[in-house]
Order: sequence, then C-alpha cells, then structure tokens
Amino acid sequence: MNESLGDTGLILNDPLLWEKGKKGRCGFSLPRRDVESAPLREDLIDEGPDFPDLSEVDVVRHYTRLAQWNFGVDTGMYPLGSCTMKYNPKINEKYASLPGLAGAHPLMPADLSQGALKMMFELEEYLTEITGMDATTLQPAAGAHGEFTGMLLIHAFHVRKGASRSKIIVPDTAHGTNPASAALCGYRPVAVSSNEDGILSADAVAEVMDEDTAGIMITNPNTLGLFEENSKEIAEIIHAKGGLVYCDGANMNAVMGVVKMGAIGVDVMQLNLHKTFSTPHGGGGPGSGPVCIKKHLEPFLPVPRVVRDNGTYVLAEDYPESIGKVQAFHGAFGVMIKAYSYIRRMGPKNLNKASQLAVLNANYIKERLKGTLHLPYDRPCMHECVFSDKHQAAQKIATMDMAKRLMDYGFHPPTVYFPLVVHGAIMVEPTETESKEDIDQFIDAFKAIVNEAKEDPDLLRDAPRSCKVRRLDETTAARKPCLAG
Amino acid sequence: MKEINELNLPDDLRYADDHEWARVEGDKVRVGLDDYAQDQLGDIVFVELPQVGDTFKQGGEFATVESVKAVVECYLPVGGEIIAVNSALEESPELINKSSYDDGWMVDVKPTDLSEIDALMTSDACLEKLKGAE
Repeated sequence: MNESLGDTGLILNDPLLWEKGKKGRCGFSLPRRDVESAPLREDLIDEGPDFPDLSEVDVVRHYTRLAQWNFGVDTGMYPLGSCTMKYNPKINEKYASLPGLAGAHPLMPADLSQGALKMMFELEEYLTEITGMDATTLQPAAGAHGEFTGMLLIHAFHVRKGASRSKIIVPDTAHGTNPASAALCGYRPVAVSSNEDGILSADAVAEVMDEDTAGIMITNPNTLGLFEENSKEIAEIIHAKGGLVYCDGANMNAVMGVVKMGAIGVDVMQLNLHKTFSTPHGGGGPGSGPVCIKKHLEPFLPVPRVVRDNGTYVLAEDYPESIGKVQAFHGAFGVMIKAYSYIRRMGPKNLNKASQLAVLNANYIKERLKGTLHLPYDRPCMHECVFSDKHQAAQKIATMDMAKRLMDYGFHPPTVYFPLVVHGAIMVEPTETESKEDIDQFIDAFKAIVNEAKEDPDLLRDAPRSCKVRRLDETTAARKPCLAG
Repeated sequence: MKEINELNLPDDLRYADDHEWARVEGDKVRVGLDDYAQDQLGDIVFVELPQVGDTFKQGGEFATVESVKAVVECYLPVGGEIIAVNSALEESPELINKSSYDDGWMVDVKPTDLSEIDALMTSDACLEKLKGAE
C-alpha cells in the first residue's frame, strides 16, 4: 500500500451522555408487577444517582462512536517506547472467557477451584523459569505495584537481619516509577548517572554503595533500550555490602530465553504481563505485575500462596515472615489466564524468537532513521531505540511537533520526552508484532515528516490535522482541569 | 525553543547551575527561575512553594515546578530563611513563563551568609556554560 494510512474516516461527533439524555427515556422494560405493592424502606429512599435517561441505542451508539475515535494496537502500529504495546492474540480472550474460569469466584473453596489454582501454580513456575529466579508471586496488580512489593521484600529481608538501611540506588536510566516505589517504602532514592555509553558503570555504583544502602533498582534493558552490560559486576558490589539487587523487568520482552536474570545477580524483579506476555495494556487492562525472587526472599512472599500438596492445590497462609497480602484476593486473575495462554501457545522456542524479532525490529528502525533523526547513543540497542530532535532545532521543530504529525500519517506516536537523560527524546519500541512492510511505512512517514520540517514546518506545528481532535491545549487542561462525566 | 542568543539573562542577577536566579535586594535575596529554565520547561502548570519560616542550606530543595513536559525540583541558590513566597504562582503558575524575573519570582530569602552569592555565575558565565554544553 503506497497510500498513507492517515485519513479522517467516518468519524461522528457525540455529546456527553448527560447532554444526550431525555427525561423518561429508558433502556429496559420491567415485567408487569405480579405481587402486592409495598413501600420502600425509609433508608433506601433517596434522590438516587445523577444518571441520564437513555435508550439502549443511545448508549450503544455513544460508545461505538467513542471507540471509533480511539486508536489501539488492533488499529495500527503503536510504537510507544517502554510500554511494549504488542498485539494481544485473540485466543487469549477465548480462554479467559471460558465459563469455568470467567465465572470462578475468588471465595470458592480450594477443592472446587483446582483448575484455577493449577493454572496459577503453573504460571508461577513458567515465570520463575523464564526469569531464572526461584519463586514467583502473582499478586501485584501492575508494574509499579510489583516494584513496591519488591521493595517490601527487600525491607523485610533487612529487618530480619536486624539492619535498618535507609537508601536505594536508582540510575537515571531506570523507569520513572522506580524512585517513587522506593520512596513509598520509606527509602531515600539515590540517583546515579549512566556513563557515556548510556549504561551504568560499576565504578559509579561502587562510589555510592554503602552499608546504609538497602540495594539498587536497575531497569534492564534500561530506558535507553540498552542492555546493562555491567549488571553482574554491579550485583557483586551491592551484595558485598549486604545489599540486594532489584531488576525492573518491564523490558523483559527483549531478553526472554536470552538472559536468566537470576544468573546475573538479580535478587528480585517484577514482570509486566500486560507488556511482555501479550495481555491488554492501557485502557484494555487491567495490568498484572508478578514478582519473581531468589530463594533467600521466599519466606517473605505475600500470602496466600498456591502450593501443591500430594497432587492437590491449596492456598497456604502459614508463612509467619510473609509481608502479608498486597492485593485483594489473588491478583488480576483474568490477566493471568491470558498470559498463561500466551506462554503455552508460544512455548520456550517461540518466546525466545519473539524477543529476537523485537530486538531486530528496533535495530532496523534505529539504523534506517539514524541519518534522519539524531541518535544520541549509536550502538546496538535492545527492544527500543531513542532518538532526539536535535537535528530539527534549527527549524524550531520539537519532538512534540513530529509526534503529533505522525498521527496524521496513521501511527500512534512513540513515547516522547523520556528518558530524561536524552533531551527531546523520541523512544520507539516496535515490538515483534510489526511486519517489515509496516515498519518501512513508519520509517517512510518519519522521513517525510522530517522533510516537511524543513520545507513547510507549519504543517508540523499545526498537527494533527486529520484527527478527530486537533492539538489539545494541554496547558489549560493541566492548569484548569474540568472533570466531568 | 530559544537559541542561546535569544535568551534573556539580565546582568544584575546571579545564576545557579540548575538555572535558579538570585537578586540581592537590600538585606534579602529574591529567587526565581531563569529564562533558560522556563523556556526548556515549557508551559508551567503547577508550582509548589515552601512555607514562610522554612530554612534551607545553599542547594537545598525548596520548590517543585511542574510543566506540561516535566516535573523539576528547584534548589535554593543561597542558604537562609524563607521570608516571603510569591503566592500569586498558586493561581497563575504561568507568571514564571511570562515574567520570570519580575512577577514570576518565587521566594525571598534572608540569607545566612550573603557571600554564598559570590559562588554563583554571572550572566556571562551562565551563557558561556550554555554554549559549552551545546
């Protein structure tokens, strides 16, 4: 297809439901009353919530129209760096909607939930194997919740040793949530700069590591899309002073079946099922952030844990050193089924292949766009590559203008202005989902945009032009937010 | 964004590494963000200021500024006690963008040691540093 993807399409306006409602309209009809009328209990009588009166077709059209304004990975390429917006195979949905699983109630006794518990048990085993760790908890609700759970485990470990440590080392190429998770657990994050190659040097860590530091949080591969090559040496430095190594595994999509995190000194890490393991991400969530650990942290894992006892699965609570529950019931169960389905459908060989293709795709984009866009770290990347707007500064075109213009070409913009170590960052993560043809079309679109920046920069400053909504006034939205249904 | 030669860095101010400015006004020092900082940050949407009476060392984190692009901490260019804050920034954080050296000032400090100001950059030194970083 030579034609650009971007088009206006058949997009219809629709008001808020509250503006659309007409008194007396109704979406259902009650059957004729066949019992005696009785007064309502006093305490149940109220004005009721402010819901609009709508017919069924009003509601269906409303949400269908909103869905047509939307863009998702089912619509097109979604190269949002650091987010792994890979395609969500529909077979995952099929399994998650099996009545026995979809209808399972978390309060059902274990002997009536053997299938669900077995699935959880096996998923824990698979994730443990993929990461090269010793055990896994499925409870955390998403990535940052997993980080926080990891911090609680590290804290519990030090408390048992009778040590009170106050700091956590966080490099500038870590995910932005890392310092927040450490701080939420009461630790003071200590920033360390990456070196000129965009990775962390062992010396920089040795300089700040001391006996008051509980550990380090490394995002690996990091937010520049680079593998932290000194991880093992860094882990040795941390361990020598009694600290622990936390790995933010959100970028695991680059290294499935390639790197055993447990073998390079990682003590605890989280996985994002909604990234690496193909479950819906963003508005399609919810997320799920299992935490994998090494043996020495096992006593502290959240309860209840799924345990196999003579061929039956039980929920075991008797772990006196556990940090307790971190989630109501057992976690995002529906998401677990989808991740389980993905892992089983793929098998070890294909998971490995997915990582290889994700890395290949990112490197292909990096090589083909590096003359067009400034590439601050020109070395082989992992699953994502980071450009900047430096070459466009002369035309006063910034990253944001190019990102908005990409929407006119039919692509979801990449992540912008992150990581902070790259000024005007453009962070592209194609994932293994995209074919060469689709990636070429993305590259051609970017090249065309850079050309427009030279020849007709206002095209970019006014972008997007063909979307349902033109450029949003983010400033007023942030300064004077209008929050309404 | 502005080119370096388009920046407004008045001669009568001193500048810290993180682009806070300091102006001696009698026995107090007025502090704000310089033109480079406001330009780089873009539209500022929220400013969190300290309480009057708070004290900080030189380089202490005294405020947080949030723009549409980033959230940054601000570091006090001279140590001392906060004796006034620009509460107009609560309702109108854009004052830092529109008037970074006048209406967009952030705090007044009663300095512990006024000579700390000598360690800050002059506008020429600040410009040189920006050119070097290019």
